[in-house]
Amino acid sequence: MNWKRALIASATAAPVIGLLAWGMTRDPNNILSPLPGREAPAFQLAVFAPGQGELQRPMGDTVRLASLRGKVVVLNFWASWCLACRDEHQVLSIVAQSYAGQPVQFLGVLYNDVPDKGRAWIAEMGGQSYPSVDDPGARAAIDYGLYGVPETFFLDVNGKVAYKHTGPVSAGVLRIKIDSLMAAGAAAPAKGDSVTGDSAKAVKAGTGR
Amino acid sequence: MTGYRGLVRALLIGTVATSVAAAQAPALPAAPAGAPQDSGALRVQVQGTLSEAQKNDPKLEEMTKTVASELRCPVCQGLSIQDSPSELSQQMRTVVKEQLASGKSEQEVKDYFISKYGEWILLEPQPHGFNLLIYALPVLLVLGGAGFIVLLVKRWTAAPVAIAASGDATRTNDEIPE
Repeated sequence: MNWKRALIASATAAPVIGLLAWGMTRDPNNILSPLPGREAPAFQLAVFAPGQGELQRPMGDTVRLASLRGKVVVLNFWASWCLACRDEHQVLSIVAQSYAGQPVQFLGVLYNDVPDKGRAWIAEMGGQSYPSVDDPGARAAIDYGLYGVPETFFLDVNGKVAYKHTGPVSAGVLRIKIDSLMAAGAAAPAKGDSVTGDSAKAVKAGTGR
Repeated sequence: MTGYRGLVRALLIGTVATSVAAAQAPALPAAPAGAPQDSGALRVQVQGTLSEAQKNDPKLEEMTKTVASELRCPVCQGLSIQDSPSELSQQMRTVVKEQLASGKSEQEVKDYFISKYGEWILLEPQPHGFNLLIYALPVLLVLGGAGFIVLLVKRWTAAPVAIAASGDATRTNDEIPE
């Protein structure tokens, strides 16, 4: 019977076509990070590029994530060998400058690169308004589940990962995310007064492997 | 004509295989090509947390290899961090070794990487939930194929009987001469 054969063939082909169609809706380059919604991995990293003006931090200063509680943190992983990082550099620098004096901390994290090359790159690009820290051995990068640069993480005032952006970030995305996280932070201020206590705990958790 | 059909079939199979591979392909990292190939200074700092005895411990090395072989290199295509020469893989192997040296079990180390990268980091998906389909489907297809072949063979061997039987409707199969 022809209709019977057609029915069997359709029933066999339909799941295969369905599976392929579902595959087409997915971007294999887009790996969902399990981090958003979770406590941001703690780190303590040394500043190798101080930044400029109001956003400046002393060279060699250790930045602890826990000490940034109460601020929206924009963590941008970059490298001097990364071409796409050139596209977002100016945007990040300008937007960071525009939030000076507000509870927002921009921080560059150097990924698989040497500080000298990082500094030379910043000079070549015309400077960077916010500080950058070195990440020896890509420890922080692995802790944040990094698989390429640039990647930008937005942390809320309570130190939780709110959003991860893969690839060059735009001014629009930066402003929308920062503003919404600042608004959420103002509505529900950071928990806990004892920053020092939290900080000690968080640092221990982050390095206790 | 047969050659043409064969060609069409080969092309069709090729297309389907490529589509499936593309759908399952791991993410391509963003431009790691220009990454510095060597940064000895960084590595020295990282490996500083392992003692000399731990660095040369063959058992620890073996355990590291086992775990590293199961973890996907994030900046490669289908390679484990054990097989990949990339800098990130070497750094991840160091993390694996340090965590094992600190007393974590192999599963705990894998769980650490899953908590950072998601299950994607495992080269072989864990057999639970939707993933079970990957393990069950090949078995089901083989069983289904075997059943199909059995059905076909039965039908082919039964065909002469049916023709012979149609000649005399009153005779049963047992009465039909071999």
